[in-house]
Amino acid sequence: MIKIVKRDQPSRAIFFLTPVLAIFLTLVAGGLIFYILGFKPFEALKFFFIVPIADKYGFSELLLKATPLCLIAIGLSFCFKSNNWNIGAEGQLTFGAIVSGGVALLFYEQEGFYILPIVILAGAIGGMLYASIPAILKTYFNTNEILVSLMLVYVSKLILDYLVVGPWSNPEGFNFPETRQFSDSARLPLLFEGLRIHAGIFLALAAVVISWFVFYKTYLGFQMKVSGFSLKTAKYAGYKGKKMIVLVFLISGACAGLAGVGEITGPIGQLHREVSPDYGFTAIIVAFLGRLHPVGIIFASLVVAITYLGAETAQIFMQIPKYTGQVFQGMILFFLLASDYLLFFKFKFTGSKK
Amino acid sequence: MIIDVNFVGLIIASIMASAVPLILASCGELITERSGVLNLGVEGMMIIGAISGFALMTVTGSLIIAVFGAMLAGVLISTIFAFLTQTLITNHVATGLALTIFGIGISAMIGKNFVGIPGKEFPVIFESLKDTIPLLSPILFGHSIVFYFAFALPFITSYFLKKTKIGLIVRAVGDSPEAASNQGINVKLVRYSCILYGGAMCGLAGAYLSMIYTPQWIENMTGGRGWIALALVVFSTWNPIKILIGAMIFGGLTIIQFHMQAIGVRIPVQFLTALPYIVTIIVLVVISRDSRKIRLSTPSSLGKSFYKDN
Repeated sequence: MIKIVKRDQPSRAIFFLTPVLAIFLTLVAGGLIFYILGFKPFEALKFFFIVPIADKYGFSELLLKATPLCLIAIGLSFCFKSNNWNIGAEGQLTFGAIVSGGVALLFYEQEGFYILPIVILAGAIGGMLYASIPAILKTYFNTNEILVSLMLVYVSKLILDYLVVGPWSNPEGFNFPETRQFSDSARLPLLFEGLRIHAGIFLALAAVVISWFVFYKTYLGFQMKVSGFSLKTAKYAGYKGKKMIVLVFLISGACAGLAGVGEITGPIGQLHREVSPDYGFTAIIVAFLGRLHPVGIIFASLVVAITYLGAETAQIFMQIPKYTGQVFQGMILFFLLASDYLLFFKFKFTGSKK
Repeated sequence: MIIDVNFVGLIIASIMASAVPLILASCGELITERSGVLNLGVEGMMIIGAISGFALMTVTGSLIIAVFGAMLAGVLISTIFAFLTQTLITNHVATGLALTIFGIGISAMIGKNFVGIPGKEFPVIFESLKDTIPLLSPILFGHSIVFYFAFALPFITSYFLKKTKIGLIVRAVGDSPEAASNQGINVKLVRYSCILYGGAMCGLAGAYLSMIYTPQWIENMTGGRGWIALALVVFSTWNPIKILIGAMIFGGLTIIQFHMQAIGVRIPVQFLTALPYIVTIIVLVVISRDSRKIRLSTPSSLGKSFYKDN
């Protein structure tokens, strides 16, 4: 007889093991889906998860995709830890890209060491500005941050569309919806000859270190943790709730904005309609899969980045639509949430019936 | 300038038509939320309904199978959400987001073979009465059965919540699951039912888009309507009749956009497209400013898990 019993305390070992379990279950379910679609499951999974990263170029692409995911997820973990549901990182990324792209265009055909730092800073500020809207509306007008931050995603993409089609479009660009190429001084340097991986990865790593320090060594980190457990307790302790809400939104907006800078000054080199393949939404999954822990997020961003690459390879070699990546991402989150059950409950085997 | 009354009637009718999916999805989500469950997967359930309806219509050729199949697909996908949030006690917000991401992915995967196929004509009723009354005829007659159902739904929902015993139980579960449970009500069962019902309505809303409104399958064709439907529930302060008003405002914004472009108003098209989203934010701010009112009308246990130890 098996009985389900509530644990006295959530198990810490299981807390970090369940993400691994979730990934395993996703692979099993993914294999099943491939089988239903008429593919050999193991071969399909190999094309999806191993082939794309088997060589040097593939590994560089993996890091290229993991960089924005990691950066955004680190920012989001500030929000999620303190019970603030910022799900509009995609919009903050886009707006950061718009602002930094605009600044980069100001320096068109100019050279100078000072250009790149200004462009990067502009992106962070853009992201912060955009994140401040749901934050301020939440704190001062009691407005639901989930809906506001999400609506702003659509708005940001339309602003970008307007700019690249209209006033910012390349005058010599034959009416393609894109701006001029940024000058070399406004581009993040590449790390290796012939590979696309760029210096943006250091921004992500810096975010990891700083966030670890803030979470575990500062008063703010402690406040966030308490607010995450119980808002009532936080109020009772006299924390300035409003200030903290605005602050965590600004931090996550800055991270998303930086991810936007990384994309347009790294691999893209200009503004066009699609600056991000939904990194802002996928990063939500990364944040959860990494358990809102900086180190966990590094691993999670690598795992989830594979789904992007795998979807591309599978599309080329097996004509599987690239949206399969999103199916995998959704499943990872489902299985992760489901396996959380093991955190709070345990199965008890009892000898006798009853 | 002479204004043709029938033209005005047609515009109103087109506003109503674009309000239909919002009304259906919002009324479904409203019941779910009234039972205390916040399902952010509306967009995902709608898009699943859209592809299921369109695919079934193309494959079987039967509109009835397609419409009910879309509703069933909505129910099935919401079962995942129900199982996770009610049986495995997961976080409502995260689970709903996963549902949306998963739904968009799955729908595009299934829909790959249906891109570019023309839709079928959906039968309309009372078409012979279309020219009888000026102004009112185009509004009242010549629409699909789903259209009429959508405009009846807020009143049915309101009656259900206020006047029926089951409606009372749903509200009790949403406002105080502990008390309801102590009264012998099976909280889990009620919430499961409300989630699945919400799934069915979102599925129907999606099917309306792909089978009646723009009869074809386009990837990501819900285009944020699911999120606007969620915002409408807040806008309505959980009162189904007000959903009708809100949905008409948003339908109006969508339609005005087309007409302004047609008469050559010099506003960038992107701004007009962004209007519904911006207005949603403004409306949310105006509604939520009065925090006391929001607190009084929000189901007290909304988004909180309920676990009974036994």
